[in-house]
Amino acid sequence: MRAALVVLAALAAAPFLGFGEGYSLTLLARVMILAMAAVSLWLLVGGAGLVSLGHAAMLGIGAYAVVVLDDVRITDAAVVVPVAMGAAGLFALVTGAVAIRTSGVHFIMITLAFGQMAFFTASSLAAYGGDDGYTLYGRMTVLGHRWLEDRLVFHYLCLGLLALALLGTQMVLGSRFGRVLRAARENELRVEAVGFSPYPYRLVAYAVAGAVAGLAGVLLANATEFVAPSYLAWQRSGDLLFMVILGGLGSLQGAVLGAVGFVLLEEWLGHLTEHWRLIFGPLLVLSVLFLKGGLVGVLRRG
Amino acid sequence: MAEALLEVAGLRKRFGGLAVTDDVSFDVAAGEIHAVIGPNGAGKTTLIHQLSGTLRPEAGSIRFGGREVVGMGMARRARLGLARSFQITSVLPGFSALENAALAVQARCGSSFRFLRMAAAERGLNDEAMAALEQVGLGARAGVMAGRLSHGEKRQLELAIALAMRPRLLLLDEPLAGAGPEETERLVGILRGLRGQYAILLVEHDMQAVFALADRISVLVYGRVIATDVPAVIRANAEVRAAYLGEDEAA
Repeated sequence: MRAALVVLAALAAAPFLGFGEGYSLTLLARVMILAMAAVSLWLLVGGAGLVSLGHAAMLGIGAYAVVVLDDVRITDAAVVVPVAMGAAGLFALVTGAVAIRTSGVHFIMITLAFGQMAFFTASSLAAYGGDDGYTLYGRMTVLGHRWLEDRLVFHYLCLGLLALALLGTQMVLGSRFGRVLRAARENELRVEAVGFSPYPYRLVAYAVAGAVAGLAGVLLANATEFVAPSYLAWQRSGDLLFMVILGGLGSLQGAVLGAVGFVLLEEWLGHLTEHWRLIFGPLLVLSVLFLKGGLVGVLRRG
Repeated sequence: MAEALLEVAGLRKRFGGLAVTDDVSFDVAAGEIHAVIGPNGAGKTTLIHQLSGTLRPEAGSIRFGGREVVGMGMARRARLGLARSFQITSVLPGFSALENAALAVQARCGSSFRFLRMAAAERGLNDEAMAALEQVGLGARAGVMAGRLSHGEKRQLELAIALAMRPRLLLLDEPLAGAGPEETERLVGILRGLRGQYAILLVEHDMQAVFALADRISVLVYGRVIATDVPAVIRANAEVRAAYLGEDEAA
């Protein structure tokens, strides 16, 4: 976990090292929020061996929960956060109950299909701006206080929740539950032969990952004070999956490294040239070809 | 003989037009080592699959400890005490030998929907897993990743995992498969040590081992059991010699 702790420490120090102005903090918040979503996706891909291409739907459902509540002027975190996590977790539970009966390519396709279903549903919500999205009245309050309006407070909230998600996921992976999950990824037959049916373990992991991604969605909505269906688009699911693979499936911290690497590279290239995607795409391909074990693998060898 | 632990009656399975299990009936008593032998293609592995729950028979019954288990999946049968080892080694390569066995202990000790405590630090699980490893002589290799064990050690680990389940019946599918002479000797020694403690259904190609270990032997030819008896009688049975042993001598 050392590399991830270095990243977290750097993020904690960043506001005092010349990254304290609005633009930098917005970028760093995006890094931390997507890292949190990537951590939850890592539990599925790296932990359970479930390669989901619909994880953005969980993120988007968390964000849209904020929208729905904002629309009726419910903006306190004490209500918004549990509702958003519950909604995303429930969506994951219901779709997962079907998806987890499949495996391999079929699982990828069915999670993609459920993700697209959520995307088109969000696009058709005219009351919440449809395709154009929805601008929030403001950030959430915390027990009535408007703390999150302060950029630094929001920065450290994101950081704290990312750290919590990371440590929590690490703990779950090491628990009895996580051991069954990891074992079933390595050799499903062996796990059944000792008396476990992997399905309920995978389903619970899927729902938990969905709820955590929902929390990331709440933060994302509050970071930009704007929510659009693009939050749920399959391209974002692809980005998240890429972060996880770029970081490496060998260790959970890969999710954090991958998210940081992905977002910062995207940002840097965006400054260099308007046609940054022409460089970004091939770089991603090269990283898959040559970074065996992802960034985590590079650190281990280095 | 006391009431049988495993009673197989009228088991049938066809693959297309081929009857791979053709009206198979036999039983395994508590504490007995019952070997199933037969030439290649006799349907031994298919039989094991049906007993462990990975294949569903078309007809017949499998009673285990007085309960019908035909409708149950492999995980359910495993929890009832039916432990299976695999012909092709099937361990968790990225887990240590100890963790491989600890997973089996965990399956029968309390709920595994526990999310907070480190499983690797659970004394209760580790102690029993260690005992199983020591039972097969793998105690010194507990911390080694299963993927890095030698072939023979992996065969031992297969056994240790099955023992860690504290089974009532061991279904051993060619436990000596691919083992060298020294490894075979060690494994046969381990199996001999299990005699009397566990009921064992042993499917094995190594005739020497089978005749040394088994209390009774059933001979499977083209999906049918042509004889079931003690080793001395099987050895003398003309039909068996023709179908199987003769073929071995010729080879």
